[in-house]
Amino acid sequence: MYPAPFRYHRAASVEAAIRQLSELGEGARALAGGQSLLVWMKMRFGDFTDLVDIGRISGLDTIEQDAAGVRIGALATHARIARSPLAKLLPIVGDCANGIADNQVRSRGTIGGSLASGDPACDWPVLLTTLDAKLHTQGPDGKRDLPVDGFVEDLYVTKLKPGELITGISFAMPARGSAGAYVGFKRCAPAYPTISVGVQLSLKDGQCEDIRIALGSAGLTTIHARAAEAELRGKTLTPASLARAADAAVDECDPVEDQRGSIAFKQSIIKVLVKRGIETARRRSQGETVEVSHEYY
Amino acid sequence: MSTTEPIALVPVEVTVNGQWYRREVEPRLLLVQFLREELRLTGTHIGCDTTYCGACTVLLNGAPVKSCTVLAVQADGSEILTVEGLEQDGKLHPLQTAFSEHHGLQCGYCTPGMLMSAHALLAANPEPSSKDIRKAIQGNLCRCTGYQNIFKAIEAAATELRGKG
Repeated sequence: MYPAPFRYHRAASVEAAIRQLSELGEGARALAGGQSLLVWMKMRFGDFTDLVDIGRISGLDTIEQDAAGVRIGALATHARIARSPLAKLLPIVGDCANGIADNQVRSRGTIGGSLASGDPACDWPVLLTTLDAKLHTQGPDGKRDLPVDGFVEDLYVTKLKPGELITGISFAMPARGSAGAYVGFKRCAPAYPTISVGVQLSLKDGQCEDIRIALGSAGLTTIHARAAEAELRGKTLTPASLARAADAAVDECDPVEDQRGSIAFKQSIIKVLVKRGIETARRRSQGETVEVSHEYY
Repeated sequence: MSTTEPIALVPVEVTVNGQWYRREVEPRLLLVQFLREELRLTGTHIGCDTTYCGACTVLLNGAPVKSCTVLAVQADGSEILTVEGLEQDGKLHPLQTAFSEHHGLQCGYCTPGMLMSAHALLAANPEPSSKDIRKAIQGNLCRCTGYQNIFKAIEAAATELRGKG
């Protein structure tokens, strides 16, 4: 199965890629790992006349962390992030990176590509919304910093302008005592999740001081579950309050019926995963080691 | 607005199983087609063609990839290992012997991909747990064996290779 014909250009730098993409116009698209883009092109989804290969631009795959925060280059692969010290330091990052598809896809797919695809089933936008991350871009009009939350405006539609590239992401190091978890449910490893949930929370005197919850594959874009958060912020985590948060999350989501399941099925998965994500994050915030990731049917 | 004018061919230089090749290819040529049709290395199979089944798995600079979802031009300058590169001097690789001895295949369609994923695992982790083995081939589907004999074969090969080390 071939993609339709296209011209191939290799960019040596971010600046060169921006220039090439701007000159080539609407039919041009940046190619990073290609794990979404090439699949789309084989299915004739999108009409691309030119690919600008940014995969060889050096210095865009770094993973840095210090007390202030974490910075990840757009070309860092899922595998690279999964193997990094960061994935151990922040288990929520490891949950996500290790759970994406399979070894082969993780070898090639990049965090920047996952964001640029605008696909609500991709995991990084959900994880990065949970961590309130920023996304850094560079384009013909200069550099921009945008919140990941809201970056995807509609199904496969992002805030990226023509010729603009994602260069990296960053987020503040979670405060001491804050912990998170990323859980997903899917048919098998290479499949996209049926539903995925990210939770980051901090407890104080037995109460939930702060919490962020985001869901993937639960609507046309990543869902930031603000109502579910409001059910728990400043409250004690009990089976009853968790159930209220899970119900609120279901109300905020808008899953579609597809080959991965009916709406009712997905709603039941949302409830289970929201509770599991919160419970895992709570246990981790109390110092427990809990291993979670995507689970299969 | 797909393009109708002729597309410029792009040079691709790769080392496959230790041998250097140079070809001029259409940008849309997939790595799996490059290996099978340009280099006539047909051991790498095309299964689902949708990044799902893993039959087309090869090692690109040591990392397992699904070669149906890599452009040949993306592999330019790389070292590639395919299933043909496992056998040395007419002797099967211990993984191949173990798959044969433990009946780790039935129809054999998924086997090249299974072998390459297993090879990547054992290169990185000579003493894998049973969970490590399961995780390593989670991107490779087999529709015949039920996987148990594949797990046994990889375990046996790991033991054999450790003995040699």
